[in-house]
Amino acid sequence: MTTKRKPVPLNPAEIKAEMLKRYPPKVARRRDKQIMINEALANDTPEITANVRTIPGIISMRGCTYAGCKGVILGPTRDIVNITHGPIGCGFYSWLTRRNQTDASGAGDANYMTYCFSTDMQDKDIIFGGEKKLEQAIQEAYDLFHPKAIAVFATCPVGLIGDDIHAVAKRMKEKFGDCNVFAFSCEGYKGVSQSAGHHIANNQIFRHVVGEKDEKRPGGFQINLLGEYNIGGDGFEIDRILKRCGITNIATFSGNSTYDQFASAHTADLNCVMCHRSINYVADMLETRYGIPWVKVNFIGAGATAKSLRKIAAYFENPELSGQVEALIAEEMPAVEAARKDVHARTGGKTAMLFVGGSRAHHYQELFKEIGMKTLSAGYEFAHRDDYEGRRVIPHLKVDADSRNIEELVVEPDPERFQPRIDGDRQKSLEAKGLTFKDYEGMVPDMAAGTLVIDDLNQYEAEKLVRAFKPDIFCAGIKEKFSIQKLGVPMKQLHSYDSGGPYAGFRGAINFYREIDRMVNSKVWGYMKAPWQENPELSATYVWE
Amino acid sequence: MRKVAIYGKGGIGKSTTTQNTVAGLAEMGKKVMVVGCDPKADSTRLLLGGLAQRSVLDTLREEGEDVDLEDIRKAGFGQTWCVESGGPEPGVGCAGRGIITSINMLESLGAYDEKEGLDYAFYDVLGDVVCGGFAMPIRDGKAEEIYIVCSGEMMAMYAANNICKGIMKYAQSGSVRLAGLICNSRNVDNEREMIIELARQIGTQMIYFVPRDNDVQRAEINRKTVIEWKPDAPQAQHYRNLASTIDDNKFFVIPKPLSIEQLERLLMDFGLMAAA
Repeated sequence: MTTKRKPVPLNPAEIKAEMLKRYPPKVARRRDKQIMINEALANDTPEITANVRTIPGIISMRGCTYAGCKGVILGPTRDIVNITHGPIGCGFYSWLTRRNQTDASGAGDANYMTYCFSTDMQDKDIIFGGEKKLEQAIQEAYDLFHPKAIAVFATCPVGLIGDDIHAVAKRMKEKFGDCNVFAFSCEGYKGVSQSAGHHIANNQIFRHVVGEKDEKRPGGFQINLLGEYNIGGDGFEIDRILKRCGITNIATFSGNSTYDQFASAHTADLNCVMCHRSINYVADMLETRYGIPWVKVNFIGAGATAKSLRKIAAYFENPELSGQVEALIAEEMPAVEAARKDVHARTGGKTAMLFVGGSRAHHYQELFKEIGMKTLSAGYEFAHRDDYEGRRVIPHLKVDADSRNIEELVVEPDPERFQPRIDGDRQKSLEAKGLTFKDYEGMVPDMAAGTLVIDDLNQYEAEKLVRAFKPDIFCAGIKEKFSIQKLGVPMKQLHSYDSGGPYAGFRGAINFYREIDRMVNSKVWGYMKAPWQENPELSATYVWE
Repeated sequence: MRKVAIYGKGGIGKSTTTQNTVAGLAEMGKKVMVVGCDPKADSTRLLLGGLAQRSVLDTLREEGEDVDLEDIRKAGFGQTWCVESGGPEPGVGCAGRGIITSINMLESLGAYDEKEGLDYAFYDVLGDVVCGGFAMPIRDGKAEEIYIVCSGEMMAMYAANNICKGIMKYAQSGSVRLAGLICNSRNVDNEREMIIELARQIGTQMIYFVPRDNDVQRAEINRKTVIEWKPDAPQAQHYRNLASTIDDNKFFVIPKPLSIEQLERLLMDFGLMAAA
């Protein structure tokens, strides 16, 4: 049985007007600037408003600054003890929720990800201050585990009562001598979204950890992978591919990462940026301080993976490396292609919507394209304008009170360790061959004309969109999962991957094709309406009618 | 039971005025409980003859949740009950949250129960209304009548006006009312007239003019209220008068705070009168 589809108006302008209609005038005016109809303009994309506060009353898809810092950035690191300074709920509900995987199978590998550390602040700690309790917690963690590092995360009340977590961290670091202790002022209310938390996290990792370990690690073609969080094992698949090409991954920020990886990140020769939003500033700082250039890569999508590998090979200009890369692509692609063709027969022409992250809504369009699916509408939860429109808008970004609230590190070349990996001439010759540095064109140019690009989508608009377009699949996070499914549309979580993954690289692409095929072709959605609702066997009226 | 809170600018004499007034009420045979809402915990010193009180929050911290009413209140002059909320050291934690916790504690221990036979509960609150915690006594009907201690000095009047804004906010949704201004004289020119006018413009009354007298300081050195230390002093009589005026008071209003311009105009007018 297939459900009948009512004819729906698919004019994006009408749908946008329809969505805005219910808002009070001021809210409509603000949302108007965050809902953009993608009109293909020559060499230009229309402007969208992003990274602004969610309007009170709107049920946003966003998370908080603490979640961005503790959950997203430091969550995937296995051998730093992460202590949440706050009430127990903050620690518990930010614990392992993103399905970050890690491999601690090596001899002596520490893994604290399975522990949830919290100071469990009580009323009396709020009244009298929580610094002493924090100090005890750090001491206890040190005595129990002797970790290489302990990180402290501030929750909302800590900022309100003014506990000086940085002073405590510094004191304990000096006391221990063999354990790096640092803290994050990542109170949930700071900034407009989790993006502020990413920034706070990365700043502190850069300040307190990067550069702590100078020994050069063995292996050729050394890179860092920035903005890859090893959800559902993505990082494992990427590492497998890199290894087979002979590329050495010094540090991943921060999927499957360790303290020592961060500490020696400055010894790599190239930074590859996956999630532009969460980490592009770290790439910039690594370049300014240590002379490591960066390129944008994307390992989501088989085609994008091949392209990214070739980009890395182009940078190193080594025939052996290029040969290995081409050999691997040639070896991996037939299986991908077979799966793709098989799935394409059933998924071709179907439609998707993606509202997730600061890069994922862009990267996953790649995978959908490979199986012939069209993206009708997409947007980010916490991205900034440059993630939509490309880095060329960065000089024109408005600095507002919220962005001023987040510290910008002023970085200068390291007096001893700054060493440009490529000189100006070589950069020019690489650019002449088509390699672009420090460049990201954003999501919008990759989307078709007439698609809707919506920043910080909310519950109400999501329902409107789904009812209007009836997409074959909707991708977002756990908060949206069930409301979308109740509308009779399959919903794929692209934060935690539900229970699937990996979806990165070649094998990941195959997983994704199959998963999407399974979801969009499932008959279960046809049974959303019970038979008796459509064709009642009995009908009756109340006696008073 | 009447529930009274005393607010006013820091250093204006709230604790002194409160304790002396409470001593006056006690003399009249009223049963009074004084709750100090100041982390310094010095609101009951004159009634108790020294800082002999363990604060609610210290007790909570040391004894855990297992606290009895007798652990946190002490009998002072004239069988008054004295309680100090207490709070953190300066510069740490959240004193406002502490006041919320200790008032809730008193309630759950039954300090306000009918069987306690209280005629009055007095809250002596630190400084200005600085955050939600310090507004606790005027929220949710914890205190129903507010007296603001002020003087003819500009900053004291400014603070009084600000406190009225806080009262207005909670008065609209609850039972709290402004019951009057107590002028604790600083010997400013035209002070009495100016405070009477300020009270009139806010919509309330100057309930009493307490003249300046060094007997207050002498009694304080002896850790006593004037009424206890020198019962026949003229200042003791003033506090008795204030106590009986409060006991008779029925004029409770929702205040109408002044704008800054109005307040400055008032100062100008009375300042010019003095110069003339």
